[in-house]
Amino acid sequence: MKTDVLVIGAGAAGMAAAISAARNNVRVVLVDRDERTGGVLNQCIHSGFGLHYLKEELTGPEYAERFSSLLKEYEIDVVTECCVHTIKPNGEAILISPSGVHEIVSKAIICATGAREKPFGSLMIPGDRPSGIFTAGVAQRYLNIENRLIGKRALILGSGDIGMIMARRLTLEGVEVACVVERLPYPSGLLRNVIQCLEDFNIPLYLSSTVVEVRGKERLEEVVVAKVDSEHKPILGTERTFKVDTLILSVGLIPETKLLENVVKRDPSSEGILCSSVAESSAEPIFAAGNCTVIYDFADYVTIEGEKAGKYAALYAKGERFDRGIPITRGENIGILFPQRWAKDDDLILYIRSARPMRKAKLIVNSFENTFEDITPGEMMRVKVPYRHLANCQELIVSLREE
Amino acid sequence: MKVTVIGAGVVGSLIARELSRYDLELSIIEQNLDVGWATTKANSAILHAGYDDPPNSVRSKFCSKGNSMYTRLSEELDFEIKRTGSYVAAFNNEELRTLKKLLKQGRINNVPDLEIHERETLIQREPELNPDIQYGLWAPTAGITEPWEVAIAAVENAVANGARIILGEKVVGFEKRRSKITEITTQKGVYKTDLVVNAGGIFADDIAQLAGAEYVPLHPRRGEYIVLDRKPGFAVKTVIFPSPTAVSKGILVVPTVNGEILLGPTAVDLSSDMKNSTRTTKEGLNRVMRSAKFLVPSLDFSRVIKTFSGLRPESPQKDFFIGASKRVPNFINVMAMRSPGLTAAPAVAEHVVEEIIQQKLKFKLSKKRDFNPKRSRIKRFGELPPEQWREAVRKDPAAGKLVCHCNKVTEAEIVEAIRRGARTLDGVKFRTRAMFGRCQGGFCSISIMKILKRELGIDMSRLRMKSQNSWIVSGKVRE
Repeated sequence: MKTDVLVIGAGAAGMAAAISAARNNVRVVLVDRDERTGGVLNQCIHSGFGLHYLKEELTGPEYAERFSSLLKEYEIDVVTECCVHTIKPNGEAILISPSGVHEIVSKAIICATGAREKPFGSLMIPGDRPSGIFTAGVAQRYLNIENRLIGKRALILGSGDIGMIMARRLTLEGVEVACVVERLPYPSGLLRNVIQCLEDFNIPLYLSSTVVEVRGKERLEEVVVAKVDSEHKPILGTERTFKVDTLILSVGLIPETKLLENVVKRDPSSEGILCSSVAESSAEPIFAAGNCTVIYDFADYVTIEGEKAGKYAALYAKGERFDRGIPITRGENIGILFPQRWAKDDDLILYIRSARPMRKAKLIVNSFENTFEDITPGEMMRVKVPYRHLANCQELIVSLREE
Repeated sequence: MKVTVIGAGVVGSLIARELSRYDLELSIIEQNLDVGWATTKANSAILHAGYDDPPNSVRSKFCSKGNSMYTRLSEELDFEIKRTGSYVAAFNNEELRTLKKLLKQGRINNVPDLEIHERETLIQREPELNPDIQYGLWAPTAGITEPWEVAIAAVENAVANGARIILGEKVVGFEKRRSKITEITTQKGVYKTDLVVNAGGIFADDIAQLAGAEYVPLHPRRGEYIVLDRKPGFAVKTVIFPSPTAVSKGILVVPTVNGEILLGPTAVDLSSDMKNSTRTTKEGLNRVMRSAKFLVPSLDFSRVIKTFSGLRPESPQKDFFIGASKRVPNFINVMAMRSPGLTAAPAVAEHVVEEIIQQKLKFKLSKKRDFNPKRSRIKRFGELPPEQWREAVRKDPAAGKLVCHCNKVTEAEIVEAIRRGARTLDGVKFRTRAMFGRCQGGFCSISIMKILKRELGIDMSRLRMKSQNSWIVSGKVRE
């Protein structure tokens, strides 16, 4: 098989990338390991998608449908139930699917493999190893796709967005949610979810607290929660035991980059694929977009970045080459930063998570300055830095100076 | 003649497989829902060389012999072993004296090719070792395996040769006539028998007591473990031990056959009423991290994918207790199989069947003419080169449907695991390595539930993780 652009992953980023590449008049193959396109959007039946990008409010499946219909319109070659086995440095890939093992040669590759959830095992929580412990995404899939209840009384660890959304969803389905427990002194997800998913349903949110033990020989029976100090260490004597049969984890997403583990460079703080402002990874001819590069708050931003990757991969396939550009580095109070290089192409769109909450801070990039209020790591900042502020430097240092 | 083996851990399974060479009615009774699910699934997975065991101990009689038997056994039963070799590390002259003692002991125990290496060789072979290391006792015959796979393979082979496996049944009583056992009662049924082999692991003393036979009191010794994910550019190639203490062999750094790094175990003696206490503790996990990091400072604990604990059956004698009962003439004990129980198991199995049953108890056993010593593992398509994988998909499209992406397990393998007896999520996990990787089932557990549901023809609410009450989902959200 031969094509111009191969897109791996048909979630929000991959679909947008495939459509955008096709709009730039190149041949596109879009592969996904699932049975259908849409990725995790299919199980996100809550609304809130599309507010930025489409200026209307849709559910996840509705949002996905907009793009899957465009895939048909542009006659993009979509291959589902298909995994990428290996990618060679020359752009050749081996695909595995029930229909066979195929080689595909493409001029450019877009990696849009999304993210995976941090598993229970990685948290090193002491205690038993019973059933009844789910990551939020797995719980969401059981309820929304498989039509299955996963317990009668639940406790949620981590105030990530999916965790809070699942708290509301479970409550609506008659499952009692004892509380949401967050290790940090502030919620790690969006404020709108704290209000709409927890406060509106009287679900307690315990900050600076964590799960210190799980109990139950077969099915989960009890979860022990304790307060933590400023170094996240549990404080002795503050333990409280909750009788629950279900524990849901919303403790973070990790960019899924295994396929390219030995091929591209990754950002040490986000673990995502390191990219330039034209979505190019450290290894030609690979581009990347979406949660495999950095974890976004909104599918809308993923779509926008997917479109960008599609456009530049198409141009690359047609023979255009891009400036490797200059590095963008984390300065004061920056937790997560994307992209990591500026290709000197255009205005720079930066995605930033602060290292800590701040009442008011000034964002500084070279000669660009702008003041923001109520900054928290839970809310990703999206900032456009105009071209004129970026000229004549060897490195762009991004800082948030508290005021 | 009816022979019953109680317990399908690695010891019971290998005894059963050894017995299946003979013309007899063989049954294996296991209280868990699958084989190899107690001590066998939660230990260091090491084939010990045999220098640890005091000469004249029962352990020393079987360890290095069992170790050498694994080569042929792994070929016949098609499970993986890797002769990685092992080092015992010494950081000072006092520990060097310990190494010399172990070397001497090892030579008495017929352990081949032991050598003491100096720092330069050690660092060259294992660059991640703590640079303060001075000496290491090198044991090239030491290796690693997947103990549950040994048990699964042995039981599959025994069953293929006519044995019957009874899962999920706990022995609750014995019927006797003239001090001989005639029937075994479980909570579900009654089984006639002429000979009983007690390989009941940590519960073997309770079973012997039920039978009125001799026993040594067993208590659980808990060992906690941490598993680290593969990391590009980082490798530990051999099993690394600290210098042993009077209590245990210490906390080790072990490469697994699957490419991960296993760290542990702790050694905490629990009271005999805590035989189900497989919980991990904060202190234990911290201890594993601290000790392992001392041996290999570059270990990256951000790559932890799992923590667990296992219980070893320990006795006051700290030695195996193997032999025919005097009080109950058709009852054989194989108990207190603490470390190196896994390594010793093949030699112990041969000893039980040849020396105890046939020579000592004078049971006349005749060999089957059609005994088939071979068993094949479930084919791992993800390990095939693409050309061969292509051929496999042509024959069975399910071999092209990847389900577990971390360990590259296809639907064909999961269906085959179910065909071979997996009835639970853990049953599939231990047979295929699906859900064993870095996402711990985050992506694939639901797909596997759906395959189990389809293949077994039962509702999802009836599927279990590992035991009768470990349900996963309940009713439907909407009818």
